[in-house]
Amino acid sequence: MIGTDEITTIVASSLRLTAPLAFAACGEYLAERAGTQNISVEGMMLGGAFGSVAVASATGSATTGLLAGAIVGLVVGFVHGNLSHRIQINTFVVGLVLNAFVLGLTSFLIAISEFDSNQVAQLSIPGLRDIPIIGPLFEQRWPMYLLLLIIPLTWWLVERSRWGLNLRAIADNPQAADVTGLKVNKLRRQALLYAGLLSGLGGAYLATAEVGSFNMNMTAGRGFIVIAAVIFGAWRLKGTMIGCLVFGFADALRLALPALGFELNSQLLVAAPYLMALLAMMLFASKSREPRALGKPFVRGIT
Amino acid sequence: MSEKRKFPNVAELMRPSGYGVQVTLITIAAIAVAVVASMVLVSATGGSPGDALDALYTGSIADTAAWSETLKAATPLLLVALGACISNRAGVFNIGQEGQVLLGAAVAAYVALHLALPGTLVMILSLLAGAIAGGLWSGASAVMHYGRNVNIVVSTLLMSFLAIQVVSFAVTVPWLLQAPRASADSIASSESAQLPPSVRIPGFGEYPALEIGGGLVLSIILTIVLAVLLARSRWGFRLNMLGLNPMAARHAGVRAPFAGGMALALSGAFAGLAGAVILSGQVFRLQPALSNNFGWDGLLVALIARSRPLAAVPVALLFGAFRSGSSFLASTGVPNYLVDIVQALLVLAFVVPPVLAKVKSRGRAEATPPPAEPVPSTPTEPEKVTA
Repeated sequence: MIGTDEITTIVASSLRLTAPLAFAACGEYLAERAGTQNISVEGMMLGGAFGSVAVASATGSATTGLLAGAIVGLVVGFVHGNLSHRIQINTFVVGLVLNAFVLGLTSFLIAISEFDSNQVAQLSIPGLRDIPIIGPLFEQRWPMYLLLLIIPLTWWLVERSRWGLNLRAIADNPQAADVTGLKVNKLRRQALLYAGLLSGLGGAYLATAEVGSFNMNMTAGRGFIVIAAVIFGAWRLKGTMIGCLVFGFADALRLALPALGFELNSQLLVAAPYLMALLAMMLFASKSREPRALGKPFVRGIT
Repeated sequence: MSEKRKFPNVAELMRPSGYGVQVTLITIAAIAVAVVASMVLVSATGGSPGDALDALYTGSIADTAAWSETLKAATPLLLVALGACISNRAGVFNIGQEGQVLLGAAVAAYVALHLALPGTLVMILSLLAGAIAGGLWSGASAVMHYGRNVNIVVSTLLMSFLAIQVVSFAVTVPWLLQAPRASADSIASSESAQLPPSVRIPGFGEYPALEIGGGLVLSIILTIVLAVLLARSRWGFRLNMLGLNPMAARHAGVRAPFAGGMALALSGAFAGLAGAVILSGQVFRLQPALSNNFGWDGLLVALIARSRPLAAVPVALLFGAFRSGSSFLASTGVPNYLVDIVQALLVLAFVVPPVLAKVKSRGRAEATPPPAEPVPSTPTEPEKVTA
């Protein structure tokens, strides 16, 4: 049967699988509250993962790598922002192309490069880490604790700062916001930079904190799960983070159950995030909190 | 709420003068940049651009065997692209082709392996079943959109991942699609049994002569039919109108849920058919990796072709040549992922120029006072690329 040891293991692995999602989800959450929908999160994460491993190997410092990964994500966000919110190419087309490009480029580069394995240090609190079930909370790679900073910061930015108020305005009624003098597309590009930075960090966390190396297509659709989490959370930060936890937990179960001797359909657990996001969209759609201009381009003059 | 502005057809919009020339020039420049950038990448990483080009050429069009491979790869790409042309035109952007291809192949495999009828009939029925499966899968997204206001792009994407898991599941279950074990003590693998030769799509020519699969013939016929329908039929006109201006389309009597939903279902049906063609024309055995990015790449083909079926033919051939050529790249030390980079850059090279030309002409129109004669006004639609 399942004892506390097994539960502790599952909790630990859930946390590890949730963290990369949570970083990226904070970014994508803010970007969606600004009315942009970016399937390029996948590319940002993958680019971040590769950049972090490459720089960590070159400098020998995993922390520098982490930073570099965030910057790679930022660059992808910059490109996306300019293509879709400056010259107004459809955001999904841009996302599609960027994902294909980043996947191709990272696969190409990893095939001809060899990187040293670098991993950031673990932060471990003696005593607390031995508590059953919640012990893993106190024994993680240190960047995970950045989430304690980033989640409140994201909340504050969106809900309490002037910038966030502007973002929410351009997400719900860009025409009205434009009339009041807000630069809609500029604000959306800024939101995308934030999304890129955090998605890159999420990918970098996956590569340099958890795995320690880069494999081809190592994000394997996590970017899409992040988008699913934002939808699942009905465009609220709390819900989004719960979504990340649920999806991370499903992933942990998929890995843990066979070892515990359970015959459970792994495909169902892989599919769970997508299924839940679809159900959430269908159930909440009528009283939706979806930003009203989500995913729609803004050009002055149209209603 | 159901009226959403999406993907107007740039090609159909009124254009400022000199637009076409400008687009052509920028496109040529962008392609040059894409090719040069890829070659620089190859030489910067220690490869030889000349060798890489040579390998791509040898693998794709140097002899009839290479041509056969190229045509084989181009067939599903073209089919997926045709479907994407339909949905893009109607302004319902389907990006879940990857899953629809795989699901179409799976249902086609089920029909082909379980129906006890004459071979040719089974073959036709399995192709139909694949198309219907793909159509129902994307049709579900249409129901979610028009019934519950769920974003089409997101739902087709999520449904695509669901389809992949459904098929991965189906090939591990003996009563669905898993092949029976070879012997009692062997491990059953995650794939279907092989299709008997009688239910495969017949083709023309045999190695080393040029092989032309029946799937290719079918897709060319469908291309012509679709091109004519889109350009000449009432259905095509309504579809274009819906994509260009949903509000005007509604006032003209186009029922968006019906026309848009049908377009979405049709695009899925083409993707499903592509999967069925891969299965019964090329692979003969259902594996979870069967879709092999054909769905994603087919969508890129449609983007480059700007949703024109006839233009999709040469683009599909080019992408097919990339696929067959890439298998020869490895011998030169250049990873075959190079073609993925080139493909992505090429899409950008075709997608950016029309929009850029519009932006430039918009800036010019604002800077100069309007002449006495009314010029075609700068479109006020959001500029989109899926024309």
